[in-house]
Amino acid sequence: MNKKTLLGAGAALLLATGVANAATLDDVKAKGQLSCIVTTGLVGFAFTDENGRWNGFDVDFCRATAAAVLGDAEKVNFVPTTGKTRFTALNAGEGDILYRNTTITMSRDADLKLTFLGVNYYDGQGFMVNKNLGVTSAKELNGASVCIQTGTTTELNLADFFRVNNMNYEPVPIETNEEARTNYLAGRCDVYTTDASGLAATRATFDDPKNHVILPEIISKEPLGPAVRQGDDAWGDITRWVLYALLAAEEYGVTQANVDELAAKATGNPDIDRMLGTEGDFGAMVGLSKDWAKNAIKAVGNYGEIFDRNIGPDTAIGLERGLNALWTEGGLMYAPPIR
Amino acid sequence: MAAADIVDSRSALSRAWNNKEARSVILQILTVALLFGFFFYIIRNAVINLETIGKGYSFTFLSAPASYDINQTLIDYNSRDTHFRAAIVGILNTLLVAVSGIILATIVGFVLGVLRLSKNWLMSRIVYCYIELVRNVPVLLHILLIHGIVVNTLPVPRQSPSFFSESVFLSNRGLYVPSPLPEPLFWATMIAFFGGIVGTVLYKRRARKLQEETGRILPVFRVGLGLIIGLPFVVFLVTGMPMNWSYPELKGFNFVGGVAMKPEFLALWLALSLYTSAFIAEIVRAGILAVSYGQTEAAHALGLRTNRTLQLVIIPQALRVIVPPLTSQYLNLTKNSSLAIAIGYMDIVATIGGISLNQTGREMESMTIVLLIYLSFSLVISLFMNWYNKRIKLVER
Repeated sequence: MNKKTLLGAGAALLLATGVANAATLDDVKAKGQLSCIVTTGLVGFAFTDENGRWNGFDVDFCRATAAAVLGDAEKVNFVPTTGKTRFTALNAGEGDILYRNTTITMSRDADLKLTFLGVNYYDGQGFMVNKNLGVTSAKELNGASVCIQTGTTTELNLADFFRVNNMNYEPVPIETNEEARTNYLAGRCDVYTTDASGLAATRATFDDPKNHVILPEIISKEPLGPAVRQGDDAWGDITRWVLYALLAAEEYGVTQANVDELAAKATGNPDIDRMLGTEGDFGAMVGLSKDWAKNAIKAVGNYGEIFDRNIGPDTAIGLERGLNALWTEGGLMYAPPIR
Repeated sequence: MAAADIVDSRSALSRAWNNKEARSVILQILTVALLFGFFFYIIRNAVINLETIGKGYSFTFLSAPASYDINQTLIDYNSRDTHFRAAIVGILNTLLVAVSGIILATIVGFVLGVLRLSKNWLMSRIVYCYIELVRNVPVLLHILLIHGIVVNTLPVPRQSPSFFSESVFLSNRGLYVPSPLPEPLFWATMIAFFGGIVGTVLYKRRARKLQEETGRILPVFRVGLGLIIGLPFVVFLVTGMPMNWSYPELKGFNFVGGVAMKPEFLALWLALSLYTSAFIAEIVRAGILAVSYGQTEAAHALGLRTNRTLQLVIIPQALRVIVPPLTSQYLNLTKNSSLAIAIGYMDIVATIGGISLNQTGREMESMTIVLLIYLSFSLVISLFMNWYNKRIKLVER
């Protein structure tokens, strides 16, 4: 009984400390570091390597944001969360920004009071099964046990998919990707479902990745993107334009290697010059220094470099650019002009 | 004049402070005021913060479709049902594991407690080691360990061994057993069963009266057994065994039909029961040791046989020591069942306090519900155990 009262008090206190503070930028500057909410571990996206250093696609965006805001990509405090705890963590002020394979949905935007900044990965929910089950389509999964991360959109899509197709399944709810991996490999479930990128990332960690297939059906749209707390538009602007700058950098051919050279003096290409601060002062518009974009690109490279290094075709995860190619290459990635 | 007043009131205060009784009253008033202040502060804070982020405090989300599936449901449920129904499913799952846990923990605990006092040195040592090992390891580890063993060592459905001519299967998807499908005539058996219970109660009353008047002892246990188990069985046979069975069958990926005990339930149930039974064993041992051996000698001297001595003299006195701490073990077990979240057993914390909370963003409301549910479970258990304790209390004449 006493435990429960304490828990209640704790919950109330949690909300009490989560005061919607208007000036996140000032907080971050005062703390001298950016708190970035990430997953507890998903190879390729956010995971700690053997040296205990955070690595991955989402992690690089965190570092880029820290570089733009604080001028130092290393000033990031990573806050690992599960699918269920991420929004509470963000709204309670445990982090300044959420970079965690999070699908943009209307209810999260409006009801959970988040502000989404844009898409950093266009994804869709898929299914992975062991090859020796002989399954070639998700429509053949009637009666299967399905491992599923609770508290995610995949859970809702899964229920809809099986209901619409008149099929039964046994949901095996799990909390983290690591748990899903263990249960799936032990045969507790026949199928693991999550975003296709997550499946590929998880499969890359298996001893025998070739024995597992990702079924062709993609049953949902999962635009993954970063989010911040609603109510701090200035902070939303900053973080949104960091993401856009990384996309624009790829479009304009600005890379980690040549950014210093290009930022040294005006190049004559107004798009590049505005972004790198040699023409006008776009950093000042959002309360950052002139070289905000240069710092971000210098730290982790442009969008294409981040993609290729962490999850691209040459990595163990081996994801094609697909929808995530630039708009100039037939993809969906499109940054509004910096002007 | 004024100066004298101040001095006077000051000395009145300091006199009150020096007075032991007055001081304790003042301190208590201060403590209560502080406590109220604290709660007022945090609740006000929560309300203000909820308003700032534009979230009200409302339970309307309970009637919206839950949209997620649950793998173990005691009542009909599908993803189109409401969050409210999902909460009920969760509550029933919590109740199921708590009640079955309490039953198993009590049985195992009593057996271990008695064995711990065994005159057989080896037996008592083995039980001693077991108890110390089990109760000194956190219950969460027990749960994860058993779940890990079940999922990793038992075979997958296609290779699962079967027992009793292919009617019971054991795999890492759970233990599948046939489930009964009663036919209409089965009612007769049910009526016979309840009739048997009523008959036994009446018979027991008569037996007690007869014993008080004449000293003759009727065989209550054997007659009761006959009435409650034998009679329904005879009726069941006479009405032509009106019962079909649904047998589990491997179809596609999983077993279909029958009833399954999922690995998650199994792990949680066994872990909670074994963990709590170690504590209950110690409580039982303490209870038995608390009854002085003189009681046994006195009973024997009166000519009572050993089992009658136990039943009429030792156990009633031991229970008085056992029941109060037993209550708190039952409460612990019920509350510990919330650790279900670690292995994905869909209890109240996982449904309304987990998925519903996460999908709707109604943290305060969902947690309030979960809090109230656990609170009422605990209160009901306490009330029942206090009632029982009062009933078995030493009646002083």
